[in-house]
Amino acid sequence: MTATESNHEGGHELNAHTDALLPDPGRHEHEWRPTDVNPHAERRAERQVAVLFGLSMICTVLFVVAYVTLKTGVDGQIVMGLGASNVCLGLALGGAFLFIGIGVIQWARKLMWDVELVEERHPASSSEEDRAKFAGILDSALNESGIGRRPLLRNTLLGSIGLLAAPLVVMLRDLGPLPGDKLKHTVWTAGMRVVRDVVGTPIRPADLEIGDLVNAEPEIIFGTSNGTALPADQVLEGAELEDARAKAATVLLRMDPSDIIPGPGRENWDVDGIVAYSKICTHVGCPISLNERTTHHLLCPCHQSTFDLADSGKVVFGPAGRHLPQLPLGVDSDGYLVARSDYPEPVGPSFWERDTKHVGDMGEAEIPEINS
Amino acid sequence: MRRLLNRSAGRLSRHRRGPLAGLVVVLLGLALSGGLYAAFSPSSSADSADDQATMAAKGRQLFLVSCATCHGQNGEGITTQDGDILGPTLAGVGAAAVDFQVGTGRMPAVQPGPQVEKKQNIFSQDEIDELAAYVASLAPGPSIPTEADYSTAGLSDEEKKEAVVRGGQIFLTNCTACHNFTGAGGAMPRGGFAPKLLDTDPKYIYEAMLTGPQSMDTFSNGNLSPEEKRDVIAYIQSMKEQPGYGGFGLGSLGPVSEGLFAWIVGIGVLVGFATWIAAHTTRTLKKKGQAQ
Repeated sequence: MTATESNHEGGHELNAHTDALLPDPGRHEHEWRPTDVNPHAERRAERQVAVLFGLSMICTVLFVVAYVTLKTGVDGQIVMGLGASNVCLGLALGGAFLFIGIGVIQWARKLMWDVELVEERHPASSSEEDRAKFAGILDSALNESGIGRRPLLRNTLLGSIGLLAAPLVVMLRDLGPLPGDKLKHTVWTAGMRVVRDVVGTPIRPADLEIGDLVNAEPEIIFGTSNGTALPADQVLEGAELEDARAKAATVLLRMDPSDIIPGPGRENWDVDGIVAYSKICTHVGCPISLNERTTHHLLCPCHQSTFDLADSGKVVFGPAGRHLPQLPLGVDSDGYLVARSDYPEPVGPSFWERDTKHVGDMGEAEIPEINS
Repeated sequence: MRRLLNRSAGRLSRHRRGPLAGLVVVLLGLALSGGLYAAFSPSSSADSADDQATMAAKGRQLFLVSCATCHGQNGEGITTQDGDILGPTLAGVGAAAVDFQVGTGRMPAVQPGPQVEKKQNIFSQDEIDELAAYVASLAPGPSIPTEADYSTAGLSDEEKKEAVVRGGQIFLTNCTACHNFTGAGGAMPRGGFAPKLLDTDPKYIYEAMLTGPQSMDTFSNGNLSPEEKRDVIAYIQSMKEQPGYGGFGLGSLGPVSEGLFAWIVGIGVLVGFATWIAAHTTRTLKKKGQAQ
């Protein structure tokens, strides 16, 4: 008690000016807790805390028992429709921590040392004495090392340290190589068949009824070209395959041809009402296939961007800044749906160098028909 | 048209030989075509065509009572003066659509709304079949699948496993956008929702893929082959058999329900607990050393 009071009085000197304006009201009288004034209450609180710690011990023991006895895995025991082992381990360990926590709070509130305390803030700077001492040490170090007297050593040291920046700069190269025009192209090429994702089967226009939606990929993803296997060196594999699959993902939708409002130059991009759009949202690149058949609206589940597939993939709602890229479709000599070119614009989200063109400004009229 | 008929009738009448000749010709023609039909068509198909016709006729009676208010007396659909579709045309939706909509209780709808919901079905399967026969008679459409279409009962264990794996990939590609990775369903624009699939009868899942109820896309047999549809159903059935290994699924709806639970229940309990700790004073007016 006396220690804190003298601290308080000592710190008082620093605040003499402000204290003259607004005198320190001092501390109010200490209020005692029942456990301080009543020995029964004190003993009861002590018992409560001990019981709580005891409960924690029981939970820990139960955890070990559950860990050893309960069967886990596919054919493990089930309780309340959940895996018995997980439920028991979770409840037991949770209880063990919870009871320690409650016990500690109870201990602190009821039994621990309880006084009001004032701690004054220290001034930020060191004392004059300390500062002079440090300046002396620095001076003597400069003298003893001779760095002021030997400029050759000083300069070569600075030069060698400065040159160490070079490895840092050189290693920036590992962030590369620059993407080049990769962002602007997918694996779609003119005449490549449009196949169903997962099963890889080609699609005839007559297969689809109005209202059918197909999640499609280019045929090269499945290692074939016009139904025959590609030579081994042209088959995509590993990371390259996954990249290609992710970028080229396409949604095919057949609608009533009279519903379609084609963009300028896109009048013949559909085949009997079958349209194809990139499946990658132009906002941040989530895959979209949440389509409403009745409205032709394709909705992105990430941020609710909505595109009208009957109207050049125009954005009708949400944060996406540009329409969905459309894939011009044709039919090859075997009667299967093919792409008439790569996507005429980059798929996916915006990037720094991306062109901002409107529907109809992508040289659409120049995309040749497929000879069938 | 009428003038043309009158003229040809007049021409006929000039050449007729007796007052009953026309009648005799008509009767002969009828007998001949009937006889030829009986001679060339197998009796069973004649019976089933007959059955279909009877069923369609019965179905029409049910249709007039329960469906015609919105779908029109001949299933042609009704558009209100404001241009809203009260009930769409049923030509071409096929028997499968009727079996799905009526069998799951969605139709007859009680009221218009963002989405017609599942409810207690009030028709017997026979009545549904009659309704389906009538609607199927309007225009060709998908028919009701048989159990062989959606059941993997005839397959070996190895084939069943393959079906589940392939069905899982097709499900993850085509269905999860709306119906969730666990088939738990999800929200759709303008108050609609994609329903939960785990409790749905396999027949109705098959029919829903075939016909695309409400705003769902269709997955016709040219889009997803019947075997692929069967595999998708096998995968959905396999999901039901997986036990939960721990924690609460919270409807398996993903970050929305989990976030709501964490923010409201989890943090709410912590805030409540902290408030409770601070609200209960541990102080007393008694002084230390005072008599008890």
